Amino acid sequence: MNTHVMDKPVGRTRLDDRTQDIIGKPLDRYEGALKVTGTAPYSHEHLQGEDVAYGFLVLSSIGKGKVTSIDTSAAMEIEGVLSVVEGDNIPRASAEPMSDGHKMANGGVFHYGQPIAFVVAKTFEIARQAAHLVKAAYEEEEGRFKLSDEKGRARISDGGVMESDTKRGDFEKAFEKAEVQYDETFTTPSQSASAMEPHATVAKWDGDQLTIWSSGQLVSSNTTQIATGVGIEESQIHFICPYIGGGFGSKLGIGPEAVLAALAAKKVGKPVKVALTRQQVYQATSRRSEAIQRIRIGCTKEGRITAIAHENWLANSEGNDFFEPAGVSTVFLYAGEDRLVTHRVAQTDVLMTSAVRAPGEAVGLLALENAMDELAEKLGLDPIEFRKINEPDKNPQDDTPFSSRKLLECYEEGAKRFGWTDRPEKPGARREGDWLIGYGMAAGSRKNMIVPSSADVELTADGRLTIRSSMTDIGTGTYTILSQIAAEVLGLPIDRVDVELGDSRLPSGSGSGGSFGANSAGSSVYVACEDLIAQLAKRLDVDPESLTLKDGFAIAGNRQVPIGEIAGGQTLLASGSIKPGETAENTHQASYGAHFCEVGVNAVTGEARVRRLLTVAAAGRIFNEKTAKSQCYGGQIWGIGGALMEDLVVDARSGMIVNHNLAEYHVPVNADIQNLEVVLLDEHDPYGSPLAGKGIGELALAGVGAAVTNAIYNACGARVRDYPMTLDKIIAGMTV
Amino acid sequence: MTTLTVNGKRHEVDADIRTSLLDALREHLALTGTKKGCDHGQCGACTVLVNGRRINSCLTLAVMHENDEITTIEGLGQPENLHPMQESFLHEDGYQCGYCTPGQIVSAVGMLGEFKDGWASHASGDLEGKLDLSDAEISERMSGNICRCSAYPNIVNAIRKASETKETA
Repeated sequence: MNTHVMDKPVGRTRLDDRTQDIIGKPLDRYEGALKVTGTAPYSHEHLQGEDVAYGFLVLSSIGKGKVTSIDTSAAMEIEGVLSVVEGDNIPRASAEPMSDGHKMANGGVFHYGQPIAFVVAKTFEIARQAAHLVKAAYEEEEGRFKLSDEKGRARISDGGVMESDTKRGDFEKAFEKAEVQYDETFTTPSQSASAMEPHATVAKWDGDQLTIWSSGQLVSSNTTQIATGVGIEESQIHFICPYIGGGFGSKLGIGPEAVLAALAAKKVGKPVKVALTRQQVYQATSRRSEAIQRIRIGCTKEGRITAIAHENWLANSEGNDFFEPAGVSTVFLYAGEDRLVTHRVAQTDVLMTSAVRAPGEAVGLLALENAMDELAEKLGLDPIEFRKINEPDKNPQDDTPFSSRKLLECYEEGAKRFGWTDRPEKPGARREGDWLIGYGMAAGSRKNMIVPSSADVELTADGRLTIRSSMTDIGTGTYTILSQIAAEVLGLPIDRVDVELGDSRLPSGSGSGGSFGANSAGSSVYVACEDLIAQLAKRLDVDPESLTLKDGFAIAGNRQVPIGEIAGGQTLLASGSIKPGETAENTHQASYGAHFCEVGVNAVTGEARVRRLLTVAAAGRIFNEKTAKSQCYGGQIWGIGGALMEDLVVDARSGMIVNHNLAEYHVPVNADIQNLEVVLLDEHDPYGSPLAGKGIGELALAGVGAAVTNAIYNACGARVRDYPMTLDKIIAGMTV
Repeated sequence: MTTLTVNGKRHEVDADIRTSLLDALREHLALTGTKKGCDHGQCGACTVLVNGRRINSCLTLAVMHENDEITTIEGLGQPENLHPMQESFLHEDGYQCGYCTPGQIVSAVGMLGEFKDGWASHASGDLEGKLDLSDAEISERMSGNICRCSAYPNIVNAIRKASETKETA
């Protein structure tokens, strides 16, 4: 195994040489023909035509307490019901991301809609009917369903993806002394990932070997979680997920149905298929935490920030330590000598909170970037000018150098393309009929990281290459970019590269999450290809550096050999691994962007419409311009949803998530979206990975919502610090 | 037994009377291209054509379609033989994870039929006059198909381009 540890910046590589000229090109997706014809198989679609049973989850109808008894007699009387799995060891919800296994209920009820039983029947229709006949008796306790009520009991957690507290200097003292002070508190709601494919599993036993098709973003830890829940070894599990119908964080930890399907399949002696209903996805998997965020900024009259604080209160359920890292960007986005970022977690008896696309930035930047807009106005500064004044030249938290940071270029390019100088001077200044027009902007950042990842490549005598990794493609374009990286490095026509992903028997890939997938899995493919080149060079008795690879040929000196023939008819295998190293410590790595938005606000109804939205981003090397831009459009649209509509509502009396479906949990639809533009600046980050890339999938969401709501202020004077910014709140806040 | 005619082929289906058309396609006929996203007519992933009109197949029972001509994504085209709308979604990247995609594509084909027949929408200038297939018209008419990856800009482009080819129009 050839392992590259990212201890040093990468020099010039074959990706820079672009001999094959395929890296970055906007190629159509590798698996595209399968997806547009409906022939790509998702988790629930395996074992067609086989004799299978169907499962259906039964959920609790109280929010807090104990299950005292479960009466399955009426359910078992239905013809075709095979079994009802109940008892203690039932997952409470999805597994926490990267955990060893689910939190189990053990008779307790920790949230409304918690799985309490699992009905298995001959058909889906029978299973569903029988599930409604399972009767549970409870000992109900008073629940804690509102973060604002529990805020005072919130505590430090060490279970997050960042330190709970980040401090520099003495914020309180510096803030007190500041010439200009800003102090406001924002509330952001709980949100749901709402991937289109519900969590689904097919489980099949052959003796003590379990094959499981399930929808998981992280194959390695998902396999561990199933092994723990079922009580078997990982080596007994073959986990398969070549296609995933969206994840957005909700499938980082495996869903509650996977373990139940495996246990039930053992019990009934045949494979079990189960998909959560849409309502169950909302109630029994995971969600983004609601947040209370206090922003304090102190600065000079000229606009130089001297003190900055972002204090956050988040929720999670008992035993779960994750917190939404809402202050993550505030640590490094702007200058300021004295700094304070804190997170406190309050226990609530509501579905566990976990990562949803851009955990931290998605809601934290709503508060920070609204605050920057408000403060710029208070100072009489243009919002871009205020940000430029506070652009740090090194990480303001610990003085480490930035690996790359093109935020100023993003502001400048964006302002020029958008026509920022035409911004209406003040709220109400521009009106078209009933519509008040406003412009707003915001900065965005997303912390960059790579995680360990491995891949194999196999070159056959016919000159074809196959890439293999347990890495997943959740719609992000992984199949395509991995083929492009290999094709560029090995000088192969793209149609000679095959990719196999999403299988626990393949080398352990990073999986998809935290925008680390492309850079991590891609680097492992790169390292494997380098190893393959070394093998080829050795066989040709030349130095690898002197070997040119193009169009399927190896060229050395005056020799030109088809690449597949070098091994004399043999198949060549190479492995590659990547690990983060010293560059993650001695540089500060993040992707950056700037968003510019024009809205129309209806003066009569308060309805806000995004009329155009521009994102200019720099995220290191782009591996495929088409799939990267599609990720960015998706991020922009998530940003619009977060600003204007997304709001997972918990009934404060029962703890029930009341809008648990796609009609009532509003996500943007096609008619909500028009005139999006994405510009990707040329950038290479040699510290980020051997590919010189950085994460992009979440960056395009980070900050977008604030650009939208800053534009709403500019249009009509409404500042709403209680998200989402729905029309009732806008009309109440209008000043024109 | 229910007789269903799907993509021009007759099938005898022995299913529970409560079986939705969607589940009949997916679980009885192995036509899994039609997706289940919500089972409540809220997302559009299950869109099929019934006698040329688009419907949510989760909101109708299989037994109600004895004499209907049902077209699913598999009936439009196959990987080696793509329908122009599928081709256009592929080239314009009108999808990411691919789960809502068959529904979007079938819906788009049905939508262009409705447009051709002069059906007005909320985005139409007037109810009787000549319709213009603007981006706003496409977006409005496609808003019953949710895409959480949010490929909407590319979906609109894909439909526009496909509408300009002879075979689709």
